[in-house]
Amino acid sequence: MLKDKSLIAPSDFTLEEIEELLRLAERIIQKPERYADACRGKLMASLFYEPSTRTKFSFDAAMLRLGGNTLGFSDPNTSSAAKGETIADSARTIGKYADLIVVRHPKEGTAKLMSRYAGVPVINAGDGGHHHPTQTMTDLLTIRHYKGNFNGLTVGVCGDLKFGRTIHSLVTCLARYENVRFRFISPEELTMPAFVKEELNAKGISYTETTDLEGSIHELDVLYMSRVQRERFISEEEYLRLKDYFILTAEKMQLAKADMIVMHPLPRINEIATEVDSDPRAAYFEQVRYGMFVRMALIMKLLGAQEPA
Amino acid sequence: MINVSKLKEGIVIDHIRAGHGYKIFQQLGLDRLDDVVVLMRNVDSEKMGKKDLIKIESNLDLNLEVLGLIDPHVTINYVKNGERVNKVSLTPPQTVTGILTCKNPRCITNHERITDVKFHLVDAHTNQYACEYCDVRTRL
Repeated sequence: MLKDKSLIAPSDFTLEEIEELLRLAERIIQKPERYADACRGKLMASLFYEPSTRTKFSFDAAMLRLGGNTLGFSDPNTSSAAKGETIADSARTIGKYADLIVVRHPKEGTAKLMSRYAGVPVINAGDGGHHHPTQTMTDLLTIRHYKGNFNGLTVGVCGDLKFGRTIHSLVTCLARYENVRFRFISPEELTMPAFVKEELNAKGISYTETTDLEGSIHELDVLYMSRVQRERFISEEEYLRLKDYFILTAEKMQLAKADMIVMHPLPRINEIATEVDSDPRAAYFEQVRYGMFVRMALIMKLLGAQEPA
Repeated sequence: MINVSKLKEGIVIDHIRAGHGYKIFQQLGLDRLDDVVVLMRNVDSEKMGKKDLIKIESNLDLNLEVLGLIDPHVTINYVKNGERVNKVSLTPPQTVTGILTCKNPRCITNHERITDVKFHLVDAHTNQYACEYCDVRTRL
């Protein structure tokens, strides 16, 4: 039962709970209008202590499509945080108004702290470079929707593997499923960190590391692209050198399997050429839609909303 | 060779990894004791090559959690009438509260006053603990 739980890290949910969530999301995808009143009368607080229009829209759209309402802010200067209120007190207060709290904060661990004091479920919408679990759930739903299941998949992750929070979460979450193989494709300066590889080694999960996208693309079932983030670099020169290291083009897509899917957490910069957008294997904009559906399912589950008859 | 006389009453903290003795001395607050305390460094040891050793002429209540955090391989001998009456081996605690602080400057625990942050043991070999809020590893 997910009712009254909080989602702070992907590992907070068991595989059975993730399955329960993804199944509901898939039922919503089939007939979204059926769920238009599922959360009628419920209120979701979305507290964005740092701007993230994309994630905020996704959560707000999810709640509104369930018939619920939202309140909150997307600029911390307009909140009581600007007056020096502690996170714990904000959580206690907002928990008295809302049935559910969604929080994004630049400091790591903030969502967990809120969940200790709120008295209502808390969803972590990103805490610094730490976790962004609903992105992981989005990715899982997308992969499962296209591939049926996770068993036996070869998943390539490409780009900035060193700082890519969404990639770390996705890889460690997929590693909980059986028989998933990984290909880590990155410049030497941005390879997968040791803590992720240690986890895979401990579980005996197969992975390879390469700098060669063209040489690896043919064996992939899923290609997850990521952008090189400017804010992670001290040297502008280093950023400029690495940002266009991998560009997925229509020519490279010709080397891929006919049923491979391309994913990206967005926003993209240059790493996927726009010519790839029209390729039926480009799943990244659909991924955005699935993000909303999985958040609808998550809100329903945490609120214990009844599924319409 | 410096000789330190045999302890009649008190505690001997033995098998301290060479170099860790002073850290233990500080963390246990032994400098604030009125009793006799001896810290010996780089003592020859058959088992360890070199080791540190602390003798305390007092029956104070040792904070074993702190000791386990700094060096779980130490042994503690309680001495009465010149004889060892009890020997305690340590294991690193699974969870500690109130001793460690998170070293991650981006962790919320360094920006809010949270006094009961838990740290969970993640690597007994290197004695590393992870902050319950941000998962960043740290050690004493």
